[in-house]
Amino acid sequence: MKNQHIINSVLHIADTTLILGQRNAAWCAHGPILEQDIAITNITLDLIGQARNFYQYAASLINEADNKNETEDTLAFLRNERDFKNFLICELPNGDWAQTILRQFFFSTFQQLMYQKMMHSSDNQLAAIAAKSIKETNYHVKWSSEWVIRLGDGTDESNQRMKNAIEYLWSYTGEFFIAADYESIDVAGLKHEWLEKVKLVFEEATLSIPENTFMQTGGKTGVHTEHLGFILPEMQSLQRNFPGVEW
Amino acid sequence: MSHTKEHIYSLLAQVTDPEIPVLTILDLGIVRDVICTQENEVEIIITPTYSGCPAMDAIAFDIKLKMIEAGYTQVKITYTLSPAWTTDWMTETGKQKLKQYGIAPPIERSSRINKLLFDQDEHIPCPQCGSTNTKLLSEFGSTACKALHQCMDCKEPFDYFKCH
Repeated sequence: MKNQHIINSVLHIADTTLILGQRNAAWCAHGPILEQDIAITNITLDLIGQARNFYQYAASLINEADNKNETEDTLAFLRNERDFKNFLICELPNGDWAQTILRQFFFSTFQQLMYQKMMHSSDNQLAAIAAKSIKETNYHVKWSSEWVIRLGDGTDESNQRMKNAIEYLWSYTGEFFIAADYESIDVAGLKHEWLEKVKLVFEEATLSIPENTFMQTGGKTGVHTEHLGFILPEMQSLQRNFPGVEW
Repeated sequence: MSHTKEHIYSLLAQVTDPEIPVLTILDLGIVRDVICTQENEVEIIITPTYSGCPAMDAIAFDIKLKMIEAGYTQVKITYTLSPAWTTDWMTETGKQKLKQYGIAPPIERSSRINKLLFDQDEHIPCPQCGSTNTKLLSEFGSTACKALHQCMDCKEPFDYFKCH
């Protein structure tokens, strides 16, 4: 059971980074300007690279425990919606640039705090992946924070778009801090610092944190929004149609 | 054929990065260790630069090819993630080669990464004209390891191999 908990917690992070990577990848060739198109796709590459490391580790744990033959590819491409444990916020549509930026900011700020904890995990492989990944995440936090400020404290139009994005995304941030039964990192303990970091950037961006406190949950235990049901067929279609295909 | 570590390192010095062909994998600090187990058997331990760097698979393939060419029949490539790769491991020769190639080499230690918002790397010398009157265009560039800068004197945009 303990081992299953570890497997689930690794899959939760793997799925989260993969699905956000898949979402962000849709910006490729659609970014507002060339430099930012390149930025969001570079972030995507980092996220998918991190997902690979987590999936490879999950596969080794599963194979060790159950004598199976899982690989990073079977875990990413042959699991179903209810098996995916990603945060709901990652599967939401990209929306406009403001919505994409704000999601990245909320998520990367959380991920940075989470990796800071994971770097000190007693599990050497998780500690190693976290120590490597956080160097990439630090760049994501800086980039997305700057964009939140640029848009929030920009024109009336960009400010309004940020406000719309906050209204849409805010209720999906609570899930970061509600631990699933398989999680060993004290995610609830990260909430205060996350909120402080968000407040600091929002202040600079002339934005405010919503007062409503209702929060969506479910992603970590496989209960998703309808959106994941559309992402998976597209992302998995090649392996589903041509099992084991390589190029 | 001599099966010493030195000999293997001299072979590895001929394997270059597919994206930045002037740099060898030794210049980049990717090779962490070499273990000669038996005659014709070798294990090479490498570390990825960025988690999603697509060059890693190509590099592992090129290492294998180079070793097989040299007569090693059993070549094992092992990846290690810890300690995490850093630009601090790039050799001085590597930095010089980068500059001559037109890419500004990392100028600081990786410890400065948690910098303030809107903070920029100041005075990164332009690899074309040497001017330090340059500005950051984007912290993300043509590959994961580079940022895009521009020289305000000669007006040339240039890649900067950013600190990591």
